[in-house]
Amino acid sequence: MKPAPFRYVAAASLEQALQWKAAYGEEARFLAGGQSLVPTMNFRLTQPALLIDINPLTACAGVSKNGAQSVRIGALTRYRSLERDAATARDLPLVHEALPHIAHPQIRNRGTIGGNLAHADPASEMPAIVLALAGRLRAQSVRGERWIGAAEFFKGALSTALEPDEMLTEVELPAAAARSGACFMEVARRRGDFAIIGVACTVELDAAGSCREARIGLCNAGDGPVFAEKASASLKGRKIGAAEIDEAAALVQGDIDPGGNVHASKAYQRHIAGVLTARALKTANERAQRGH
Amino acid sequence: MSGRSVATDANGAAETHEVAVTVNGEPYRRRVEARLLLSDFLRHDLALAGTHVGCEHGVCGACTIIFDGAAVRSCLMFAAQADGHAILTVEGLAADREHLHPLQEAMRECHGLQCGYCTPGILMTMKAFLDETPAPDEAQIREALSGNLCRCTGYQHIVEAMQLAAQQLRT
Repeated sequence: MKPAPFRYVAAASLEQALQWKAAYGEEARFLAGGQSLVPTMNFRLTQPALLIDINPLTACAGVSKNGAQSVRIGALTRYRSLERDAATARDLPLVHEALPHIAHPQIRNRGTIGGNLAHADPASEMPAIVLALAGRLRAQSVRGERWIGAAEFFKGALSTALEPDEMLTEVELPAAAARSGACFMEVARRRGDFAIIGVACTVELDAAGSCREARIGLCNAGDGPVFAEKASASLKGRKIGAAEIDEAAALVQGDIDPGGNVHASKAYQRHIAGVLTARALKTANERAQRGH
Repeated sequence: MSGRSVATDANGAAETHEVAVTVNGEPYRRRVEARLLLSDFLRHDLALAGTHVGCEHGVCGACTIIFDGAAVRSCLMFAAQADGHAILTVEGLAADREHLHPLQEAMRECHGLQCGYCTPGILMTMKAFLDETPAPDEAQIREALSGNLCRCTGYQHIVEAMQLAAQQLRT
């Protein structure tokens, strides 16, 4: 299990990395943490002609507040540093809660949020979270830059809206509002394994304690990350109690299309999706009532 | 295939990269092919075969080393990426050849290994963990160990070894 030969360049600047990508297009891959890309290269499932190592581009890492409303995370931000970031814990509680579920400490020491999102594995946690939070993703190329909404960014299994010359450089997520609560839960066979099903949800309440907006995203529940549209919409304007939670959990089971695998049948995945949705929604609602 | 042709020069020789890296405090300088994994570089080019290779896709943890202070999978990095960086492998754990590191002593004491294949990776994982978390509880130890597979021990003795090592390292 050794990678096929390729050409390697360590990018000295973002401009240089983008120029290489523009020249090689789909024949080139960016190397960030390498925790998804390198295994596929070791299996020779991926055989890029050129590997553009962006690890030297330290300016592409870090978390910054963009006004009071949103947080921007550089694509090269490693999961381990995000896990330890106090601002992330405060402003992005959904991300913070999910991070320990993402593989193992050694993987999070290298793995980056940008690499994870651009890889777009449907079983992966972060795409579902970015979709649940309705985040935006910044794509840069020699032609310029554009921001892509999460719903447009994820195109299915291992597929995104990025053009062959573009690099994902940043993700913007809304900071948790007052009277909002979030919860992430997943079931996996072993600690750190890909989830059989994972559920990410947020609940924002109005002054009267009714649901202003709820958003539910799932991983490993379809071709890509899934936003549970009907279930999310069903909660709007209502006080979230046991009946509302049961209704949303049942709707989630219709919103998803899990593929089934050797560890879990489609029916079992659907069952787990309902159970986790009910639990996560209840927790998120309680957290929203407490104000965080 | 285009992937092959661009990685060689006009004479068909593989493209190589200069790597200057510090391993266990010693400076090394080598020329490597781009596709050489860091795990193979340590074992074959530097003859530091204490770093083991298990699954080669990031699942088993046998190849775990400490890269710039953080435990990482050496099978998921290329040697070329180590240029200018500092690595600690199991060979650099003990202060000298006559003594074991307290982590190694504790593994021996508690019967934390049987065949020993996974042990170097576990030692490097737990070295980085205990540096950061000197007084861990059992749940934290199990979480830290989650990325290293052991097929012999059932983990219980490793957990006990780490509790002992943490205690010894604190005193």
